[in-house]
Amino acid sequence: MMTVEAKGARIIIIDDEPQVRRLLKVALTAHNFEVKETATGREGIEQSAIFRPDVIILDLSLPDLDGIEVVRQLREWTQVPVIILSVREQEHDKIAALDAGADDYVTKPFSMGELLARIRTALRHASGAQNEPVLTFEGLAIDLTRRQVLVDNKEIKLTPTEYELLRTLTANAGRVLTHRQLMRTVWGPAYEQETNYLRVYIRQLRHKIEPDPGRPRHIVTEPGVGYRFI
Amino acid sequence: MSEKRADPEAILACIKEDGRGALTIFLGAAAGVGKTYSMLETARERLEEGLDVLAGWVETHGRADTEALLKGLPAIPPRSLEYQDRVFAEMDLDAILARQPAIALVDELAHTNIPGSRHPKRYQDVQELLAAGIDVYTTLNIQHLESLNDVVAQITGINVRETVPDKILENAEIQLVDVPPEELIQRFKDGKVYVPDKAAEALHKFFRPGNINALRELALRHTAQRVDQQMETYMRAHAIAGPWSAGEKVMVCISPSPFAARLIRLARRMAANMQAEWFAVYIDASNHVPGSEVEHGRLLKNMQLSEELGAETVTITGNDVAEEILSFARKHNITQIIIGKPLKPLFWEWLHGSVVDQVIKRSEGISVHVISGKQSDNASHHGPAISREPVRFFPYVALLVMITLITVIAFPLNSYLGPVNIAMLYLLPVLLSAVVWGQHYSVMAAILGVISFDFFFVPPTFRFTVYDVRYLISFAIFLLVAFLTGSLSDRLRQNIINAKQREARTSALYALSREIAATNELDKVLGQVVRKVSEIVDSQVMILLPNADDQLAIRAESDAQQQIQVDENEKAVAIWVYERGQTAGRGTDTLVGADCTYVPMRTEQGILGVMGIRPQGPGHLSAEQRRLLEAFASLGAVAINRIQLVEQAKVTHLLAESERLHTALFNSISHELRTPLTSIIGAVTGLVDEDEIYSPAARRDLLQTIKQGALRMDRLVNNLLDMARVESGYLQLNKEWCDLQDLIGVAAGRVDALRSRSIKIVAAPDLPLALIDFVLIEQVLVNLLDNAAKYSGPDLEIAITAARHGQELQIAVADHGPGIPEEDRELVFDKFYRLRTTRQIGGTGLGLTICKAIVEAHGGQIWVDGNQGGGAVVTFTLPLDETTLGKIPEPEMVEDAGDDSGG
Repeated sequence: MMTVEAKGARIIIIDDEPQVRRLLKVALTAHNFEVKETATGREGIEQSAIFRPDVIILDLSLPDLDGIEVVRQLREWTQVPVIILSVREQEHDKIAALDAGADDYVTKPFSMGELLARIRTALRHASGAQNEPVLTFEGLAIDLTRRQVLVDNKEIKLTPTEYELLRTLTANAGRVLTHRQLMRTVWGPAYEQETNYLRVYIRQLRHKIEPDPGRPRHIVTEPGVGYRFI
Repeated sequence: MSEKRADPEAILACIKEDGRGALTIFLGAAAGVGKTYSMLETARERLEEGLDVLAGWVETHGRADTEALLKGLPAIPPRSLEYQDRVFAEMDLDAILARQPAIALVDELAHTNIPGSRHPKRYQDVQELLAAGIDVYTTLNIQHLESLNDVVAQITGINVRETVPDKILENAEIQLVDVPPEELIQRFKDGKVYVPDKAAEALHKFFRPGNINALRELALRHTAQRVDQQMETYMRAHAIAGPWSAGEKVMVCISPSPFAARLIRLARRMAANMQAEWFAVYIDASNHVPGSEVEHGRLLKNMQLSEELGAETVTITGNDVAEEILSFARKHNITQIIIGKPLKPLFWEWLHGSVVDQVIKRSEGISVHVISGKQSDNASHHGPAISREPVRFFPYVALLVMITLITVIAFPLNSYLGPVNIAMLYLLPVLLSAVVWGQHYSVMAAILGVISFDFFFVPPTFRFTVYDVRYLISFAIFLLVAFLTGSLSDRLRQNIINAKQREARTSALYALSREIAATNELDKVLGQVVRKVSEIVDSQVMILLPNADDQLAIRAESDAQQQIQVDENEKAVAIWVYERGQTAGRGTDTLVGADCTYVPMRTEQGILGVMGIRPQGPGHLSAEQRRLLEAFASLGAVAINRIQLVEQAKVTHLLAESERLHTALFNSISHELRTPLTSIIGAVTGLVDEDEIYSPAARRDLLQTIKQGALRMDRLVNNLLDMARVESGYLQLNKEWCDLQDLIGVAAGRVDALRSRSIKIVAAPDLPLALIDFVLIEQVLVNLLDNAAKYSGPDLEIAITAARHGQELQIAVADHGPGIPEEDRELVFDKFYRLRTTRQIGGTGLGLTICKAIVEAHGGQIWVDGNQGGGAVVTFTLPLDETTLGKIPEPEMVEDAGDDSGG
């Protein structure tokens, strides 16, 4: 996969609201993105094939196809990051979109700063920047080859499940992982419903790596949806 | 007092009752005067006038001229009814009601219907027609009039059984059909008068000039009286001063005796002659006990007769009968008292004192009419009263044993005790049996005692003859003592039984009324009523109320297992009762074929429902039970009425409430939406129109205003959406295992970001996982924290505490703001309720309402307290049962660093 700099990256906007498209186009162009807009799901999928965007911003309520269906069809042939931008704020909508393969979810009304941050995160993932043996975050370092975790340069001990959970979260840093995705990856498909396991391990992990476990800095809860590692 | 003013009551009487049909009676002295003929003539005239005349039932008796008149009149074919294997024709009441003519012709008002008809009497059919707004033409012979019944019997020697209550005639227009007696007798001889075969002989005796004349006089006089009354009513109504009679008032004293019926009829005649108001009064004296059920029934019948004849009936309870009669008379300005002279032996009167004498003695200006009864009237009075008591054998055996014992013990001691003491010994069984078994047995004991005493102790012994005549006096006294003590104890016993019955009845009514007063649920009340009634009358009981489609349906039943079968017939009876408001069905006069007795549940607002009672076993309900049932039915009706009113009031209240809410919603939302919009539009128009005049700093300020306004609107929209979700019942909990510390952290973090306030978290370390809706509970916390931040100063502490208390989690948000006044602490959870504060604080008044709905959906509670040192504490609980405590996975070993085996 080719590395793409944020500057000059190509973004396609699939949204049927002209005002939103206009706002996004103005703001993103100002940030040096190359922007293409479409108003329907089908057109969006076609344009994605032609325009080859680095990020897709997708509304869920489209006149022809449902946004989740658009994600599915895109995922049949491309792994290009998809950020959902929708007024649907119900958790089950978010989970459905993320499970279908979307990378992130931003609800309208949104702050431009937040959207830009999510776009950058998505671009970073797409560039494969995290394929390094040592992942470093603020006050935290994970040596993947040696299975070593350092908090403030001090090594801490993790159980195998804790380590697996942390590895999954950090590998997708910046992205929301749904409960189901986490359970499936760490415990296996048979444990998808046992979210109490997840709660207990997240709590333990926070106590080990967070400076203030009551107000976590790294493992952020996305209410009703999942967790995001920052 | 001069009666110049028009009497409003008289005017009212003149106005035809709204919606009720008018009754025209063709009155004749005897059969054959041509009543049917003239009725048909009149009907034809009406028909020619274009009125809708319908012949409901006309007896032509095969007379050609009458039949000719009937021809061409629309008629309803009679209904066939089978009774005792014979087919009878009867008037088809329902067909007439369905057809709704303007005038219906119904011949022979006094006719008795075949059993199985709806009403036993045709005049009741006619009343139903009138009630349905149909005018009725009918015919009647004067001898069938109730109040003249005994007079007719006296004159003609024929007892007329088919009578019509005078009340029916009261509002009717009377058309007298009269022919001279000679002509009538001639007609009879010519065979023009219909005569049933078997009655021919009797009628021969009947159609004598003397009889005919007497009956004719009765008919004419009755009509004349009616005309007189109408005249007077007219004069009163139009305030014409006239020589009408002074305000006479008649009172008749009635008793359960059949003789009272004669008194009642007499009183009616007297009252009618005097055009006086009249009362039928029964004194329920505690020492004059109406003993048997039979007597009670007769009393009710007499009461009913009085009412039918137009009397006002009154029952008074008191000890002194004469005094009660007179005090009632004085209170009501009675001028005439009619009282029966009871046929009692002279000594009975000496003992009890004659009520009649006392009344006469103390009457002071009131005329007292004393009517003496005939022997035959009273014979039946006592007849059934004695036979009702079943013969018991045990007392006889016991008596024999006692007498024998006394004889055996006393005999050897004869010389020692002396005859006086022995006689005393024999008195013992007499007194004992009087106390225990009653008069009948005490007299038996006395007779046996006298015989034994005489035979064994009175010289000459072992013979019934008596030498000393003085012993006969002893015997007589002996018997008298037995009789008196027996009757005394009988009466006492009866008194006790009656008192107990009355008490049971009253306490049952009282208990029920108390029970149902405490309930506000209709079904509960009805359940209590049917249960109670079923207990008291030992019957299956149900209550039928109109349902949503206005159809009568069973709403409550005493026995859920053994339901009363309500087929179409039963339902029809129930509906009839519901519509007419009269008791009907089994054991009554009306629709007797039904399986149940149906009692209307009546209040001043009308008939609310019907109570159906099916007695266990084949018997009927007694008159007493029926009275009790009616009392229960009306008690139930009052309760139903009360509950319906409460429900109505609730609906009204809800309407008012929703109106208030709408106003609040309007005010709140328009204000809350407009305020941020104002700042946004103001700032944006400024920037768009005159971009160049603002400095970068000013521009930033304006943009900040826009941002804040937009965020505020976003919050409002979210609140409204949440509220709509709560209101629409769409609030579905998406429960999952949640770490409460995590939840509190997220909520606090969100408010931190929103209000730049730091929040203190005091969470117990042992908080379990809870099965709750993370997002909604987080919403609760955010709302509470947001409120706390809004209402308290920026440097005051806001704290969240969370701990487990037994089987529940308790989470509290405390602030140091102004607090919430005691009286507002309940109200703050109401929709759109805002605290009145001096500071202008934005908000919709929805936050706490949403919190409450969410917490309650989780089965928890939420409330407000005051904080120590000022401020408010909002606390909510979440129940934790075993199923909501999360399973904790097995702890696992910590991985050794550098050990690659896990990879």
